[in-house]
Amino acid sequence: MEYEIKPHQKLNLGLKEIWQFREMLFFFTWRDIKVKYKQTVLGFLWAILQPLLLMTIFSLAGKALKIPSESIPHPLFTYSALTLWMIFSTGLNNAGNSMISNANIIRKIYFPRLIIPISSVFTALFDFLMAFIILIGMLVFYHNNITFELGKFLLLVPVSILITAVSTFGVGSLLAALTIKYRDFRYVTPFLVQVLMFVTPVIYPISMFQFPGAKYVLAINPMYSAIELFRSTFNGQILELRLIAISLFFAILFFIAGIYYFRKTEAFFADLA
Amino acid sequence: MMKPILEIKNISKKFRISHNGQAYVSMRDAISSVFKKSEGTKEDFYALKDISFNVEQGECIGIIGKNGAGKSTLLKVLSRITPPTTGSIISRGRMASLLEVGTGFHPELTGRENVYLNGSILGMSRKEIQNKFDEIIDFSGTEKFLDTPLKFYSSGMQLRLAFSVAAFLEPEIMVIDEVLAVGDAEFQKKCMGKMEDINKHGRTILFVSHDLNAVQNLCKKAILLKDGQIAMTGSSQEVITHYLHSGSIASTSWAQKKELSHPHFSKIDVEIKGKQPYLKLVVHSEIKCMPEMAASFISYDIFSKLGTPVGQAIPNLEPFIKSGGAAIHLSAEIDMNGFIPGDYYLDAWLGPHFSETYDWQKECIEFSIIESPQKTRTYQHYPAHGFIVPESRLI
Repeated sequence: MEYEIKPHQKLNLGLKEIWQFREMLFFFTWRDIKVKYKQTVLGFLWAILQPLLLMTIFSLAGKALKIPSESIPHPLFTYSALTLWMIFSTGLNNAGNSMISNANIIRKIYFPRLIIPISSVFTALFDFLMAFIILIGMLVFYHNNITFELGKFLLLVPVSILITAVSTFGVGSLLAALTIKYRDFRYVTPFLVQVLMFVTPVIYPISMFQFPGAKYVLAINPMYSAIELFRSTFNGQILELRLIAISLFFAILFFIAGIYYFRKTEAFFADLA
Repeated sequence: MMKPILEIKNISKKFRISHNGQAYVSMRDAISSVFKKSEGTKEDFYALKDISFNVEQGECIGIIGKNGAGKSTLLKVLSRITPPTTGSIISRGRMASLLEVGTGFHPELTGRENVYLNGSILGMSRKEIQNKFDEIIDFSGTEKFLDTPLKFYSSGMQLRLAFSVAAFLEPEIMVIDEVLAVGDAEFQKKCMGKMEDINKHGRTILFVSHDLNAVQNLCKKAILLKDGQIAMTGSSQEVITHYLHSGSIASTSWAQKKELSHPHFSKIDVEIKGKQPYLKLVVHSEIKCMPEMAASFISYDIFSKLGTPVGQAIPNLEPFIKSGGAAIHLSAEIDMNGFIPGDYYLDAWLGPHFSETYDWQKECIEFSIIESPQKTRTYQHYPAHGFIVPESRLI
C-alpha cells in the first residue's frame, strides 16, 4: 500500500477508502446503537415507542382538525410517514452533532471522515427496522381498509428507504461539516428538523393545499418523494410524477452539495474539532 | 536497494493565530467579515518548517525536542490527521498512529466491547482482534471485569486495558506519541519490551518522547526538533548528547510590568547550575521596597507542570528585608537534588509574616530539567512516584 500525503487532495467521493475502512464504519454504528439503549429498561422498544406515541398524538389531532388522510386509516397514514421521517430527523440530528461528539477520535486518528455521518444514517436505519415491523403489523390489521399492492410494495419501499438514506446522508454531512466550523449549527439543526417536519407531508396529504404553487414548493423537500412513494404502495392514490421528480432532483442535489462541502473542508476538521 | 518506507519532503505546517481571542468561528463573524475587515490581528505561525527526512524499513527513530518544538504536529501530519501546508509525504506501508491510548473508549460499553471498538479505531481488523483477544486481556490483567461497563473501572485499569490493545497493534509503520508517560512503571516496562519486539520483527517505529532514556534504549537514530525545524539528525547517542548540552535547561526571567503601590517583586531571573543529581536553582530577585514596610522575608515554591507542589524553599526564616526606597537585589540558591526530568513552575512570595502577604507571583518562572538524576537509569520517571529520586545505596 503506497500513498502520498499532500496539501490539497483532489475531490472525489473516496468510496474505495470508505470500503477499506468498512469495519470501522461497522464499529461506529454498532457503538452508537449499543450506547443509545444502554442502561434503559425498555431498550430497543424505544425505537418503536417513539413513532407510536407521535402517531397517537398526530392522528388524534388530525381527526379533531379534520385533516384528510387519503382514504386510509389515520393512524396508518401518520405512522407510515413517521417511520421514514424518523430516519431523516434522527439521522440529521446525529450527523450534525457527530463531528463534535467524535472530536477526540478525529483529533487522534486518521480515517475517512465521511464514515461518521454514514454511521449516523445507519444508526437511524436500525431504529427504522424496528419501527417497520410494527408497520407490517398495522398493514395486516387494516388490510380491509387499504388497497395493498405487493409488487409495488416490494419495489417502492426499498426505493423510498434509499431516497431517505441518500437525502439524510447528504444534508447530514453538510450539517456535520458546517457544525464543526460554525458552532451555530448546533442550534440550527434541531430547529431545522422541527420546522421541516411541518413542511413535509407527514401528518397531512399534500393535496390539502389548494393553492397551485404550494405543491411545487413543498416538493423541494427530498422527503416528499420518499414518503409519497412509500404510502402509494397501500393508499391506492395515483402519484404526481412531476412532484416526485422535483423532489428526487433536490434529494440528489443536496446529496452532491453535502458531500462536496464535506470533502472540501474535511482536511481541517482535526484543527477545528 | 529498497525504497524508504517513508519519504518526508519539505513539510511545513502553518497555523493562523488570531489575536482577538476567538477560538471558534461563529456565523456572525463569518458573515460580518465579508463586509468589514476583522479587527483582530492575525499572525502566521509555522509549527513545522521545511522538514525532510527518510525512514528506512525496520528503523526506529526517536523524535526529541522541547515543548512546542513541533513534535506532536509532525506526528499528526505523518498520521494524516492534519494536512501539511506545503510539502509531501510518501508512505509505503500500513501506518498506525498511537497519539493517545484508549482513543474512542466509551464509558458505557463493557471492557470487551471497548477492546473491539478501540482495536478497530486503531486499525485492527475484527479477525485480528478476535485472534488476539485473549492475549490482550491477559496482558492487561482485567479479565475479571470483561463484562463490566468501562465507567466502573478505576483509571489505572482503564489505562492498562488501553495500553494492552495498543501493544498488540502490528502495523508496518507505527507512530507513537508520548503515550507511555502515563502508565505505571511496571506496565511501562512491559510496553517498552513489546515495542522492542515489534521493532525486532522488522516494523518501523517513530517515537516521540521526553524520556531520553527510553529514546536511547529503543531507537538507534534520533531527530532533534527545534522551533519546527530539524536541528540535528544522527545516532540517538549523538543527538541526545547534543541536546543535553545545547542549553537544554531553560532559564527564564519575569518582570512586573505594572506600577504597584505596595512592596513587590519587580524582576525575577533564574539559572540552573550544577549537574544531576546536584542541580541548583539560583533565583535572582529584585524587590521594590516601599517606605513604610515591615521587615519581610521571601519564599519560593516549586510546582510540577500539573500543579503538584514539589517543595517550598525559604532561604531565611527571619524577616530580613528592611524598608527602603530603592530596589534591593537578592540571590538565593535552591538545591534540587534528585529532581526528576520534567517541567516545573516557580512561585515567589514576599511578606512580613506567613499570614500576611505583600506579593505573591504565581507560576512566574517556568523551567525544565531534562537529564535524569540517575545516569544509568534505563526506564522512565513517573511523577506518580514523586518528583525526587532520593540518593540511596546498599549498606
